[in-house]
Amino acid sequence: MTTPALPSTARIGLSRGALELKGYFRETSAVVFTLAMPVILMLIFGSIFKGEVGHTGVDFRQYFAAGIIASGIMSTTFVSLGVSIAQERDDGTLKRLYGTPMPKAAYFIGKTISALVLSLLETLLLFVLGNVLFGLKPPSTPERWLTFAWVFVAGVAVCTLLGIAISSVPRSGRGAAAVLNLPYLVLQFISGVYFTFGDLPSGVRQVGAIFPLKWMCQGLRSALLPDTLLAAEPAHAWEHGRTGLVLAAWGVAGLALCMTTFRWKRRRDG
Amino acid sequence: MNETAVRVRGLRKRYGDVDAVNGVDLDIFRGEVFALLGPNGAGKSTTVEILEGHRRRTGGDVSVLGVDPGKPTREWRARLGIVLQTSNEQPELSVREIVRHFAGYYPRPRDVDEVIEAVGLTEKAGARLALLSGGQRRRVDVALGIVGGPELLFLDEPTTGFDPDARRQFWKLIEGLAHGGTTILLTTHYLDEAETLADRVGVIVGGRVVEVGSPMELGGRANATARVGWLGPQGRQSIETDSPTQVVAELSQKFDGEVPELTVARPTLEDVYLAMIGADR
Ligand SMILES: Nc1ncnc2c1ncn2[C@@H]1O[C@H](COP(=O)(O)OP(=O)(O)OP(=O)(O)O)[C@@H](O)[C@H]1O
Ligand SMILES: [Mg+2]
Repeated sequence: MTTPALPSTARIGLSRGALELKGYFRETSAVVFTLAMPVILMLIFGSIFKGEVGHTGVDFRQYFAAGIIASGIMSTTFVSLGVSIAQERDDGTLKRLYGTPMPKAAYFIGKTISALVLSLLETLLLFVLGNVLFGLKPPSTPERWLTFAWVFVAGVAVCTLLGIAISSVPRSGRGAAAVLNLPYLVLQFISGVYFTFGDLPSGVRQVGAIFPLKWMCQGLRSALLPDTLLAAEPAHAWEHGRTGLVLAAWGVAGLALCMTTFRWKRRRDG
Repeated sequence: MNETAVRVRGLRKRYGDVDAVNGVDLDIFRGEVFALLGPNGAGKSTTVEILEGHRRRTGGDVSVLGVDPGKPTREWRARLGIVLQTSNEQPELSVREIVRHFAGYYPRPRDVDEVIEAVGLTEKAGARLALLSGGQRRRVDVALGIVGGPELLFLDEPTTGFDPDARRQFWKLIEGLAHGGTTILLTTHYLDEAETLADRVGVIVGGRVVEVGSPMELGGRANATARVGWLGPQGRQSIETDSPTQVVAELSQKFDGEVPELTVARPTLEDVYLAMIGADR
């Protein structure tokens, strides 16, 4: 008896990505909480905030728009993935998959594809709104486009890995949203989304600078906002090298966490 | 037919300080339908999930299709079908979408519509799982278990929640699979199900296999004496006999035709099963 070859990991990964997206868009609550939430926040705060960042000539609402784009990426990757994986562990989806010949990697490829697509969509949505409402401009030079691209990709990659890793923390699927939203909310306040990073007390800044969101915000500002803003940045520089290093370090840590802590079973599954 | 599909020796599984499975020996032959019976908490699911590679064993030797389930590979998984005792997921997808998706995991999947038909969900093929009834949901589980065309199929209480008609339909499906050469290990609390489907039955109590045999032979059922009962002049009477036909003939002569309230009974599978698990009757 000759055994036909097993379907390739790439093919199954793609088909999982398609399935994830299909399921996601049919579940209204997920769409509202991850995709629509940053949009709603942008609209609310955008109508409250006003004024200029220091004396840089940059509208604070544009500064905020760049930050909320970074935070939107974190929402569609970290929060959305962490919650969905915790739920899938709880409802037995992971256990069922574990019992099939699906390659383990295909599951993560599927998650990454859906996270990437949702992040692109979210970024586009927030950018267009920022443009229409606050006059946010697209990157002005090819270099800035490049910056935008790598910060986006690195941000998605890091937050995806961390979302997968943290999914093992909540004890149940129901508690997952709370566990995931706590770090997300706190980071938004200390990373330069709702407040100008330079205006935060230096202790808070130091804590914020440990985590990826601060660097994603800063990276996106460097791609979307004029250099006059540097006067208001604590480092007076865009620090691309440091941004890359911090994100890479978190990426490596996230990957290591995923590989060592990922569980296909509930705790009670023996 | 004497090739073994599943071989288990001295299997043990400990949860904390409880021995849920305590020295199970089991041989399941290729092409056989084997039913595992036992009261709640006897260790059926634990045993089956160890064979499926879902749980780690504490001790003993296990071989499933020649592979140690503690070291599963994709190739091995492609030869198995698994229906777990509980599952409840992917509510947003339709029956056809999910069955088609799972078919894509296997090297030689069965036809998707044929599988949906086989589990009796053709009319619901386009419906989202969230909208199915409990029994219909369970049939999706069965569909996902068989879509890969498994050599060996594990079914942990597959018909729980099925209406009587669905259960008959499911039996036909299993008989068809068995006829096609699929080896099947199922657990069930329905003795009629075990009796109809299984070539052999194993009874597990308190983590140990207490007996294995064909449903007809289990607990000495085949050799058990029959009990003939009737309504005599002084009330209900009965005798145990090895030749019930003769007793009935004699009674018929004595009563000159119809014997009042005649019954002839042998112990049912349920009788021997309940005796075996030590239940009071
Ligand atoms: N993950 C676990 N942790 C601790 N104890 C467990 C675990 N899983 C099962 N047990 C215990 O092991 C014993 C056997 O459980 P198992 O699920 O195998 O029984 P079963 O025969 O399948 O019962 P049922 O007919 O109710 O499905 C039970 O006493 C159960 O409480
Ligand atoms: Mg069970």
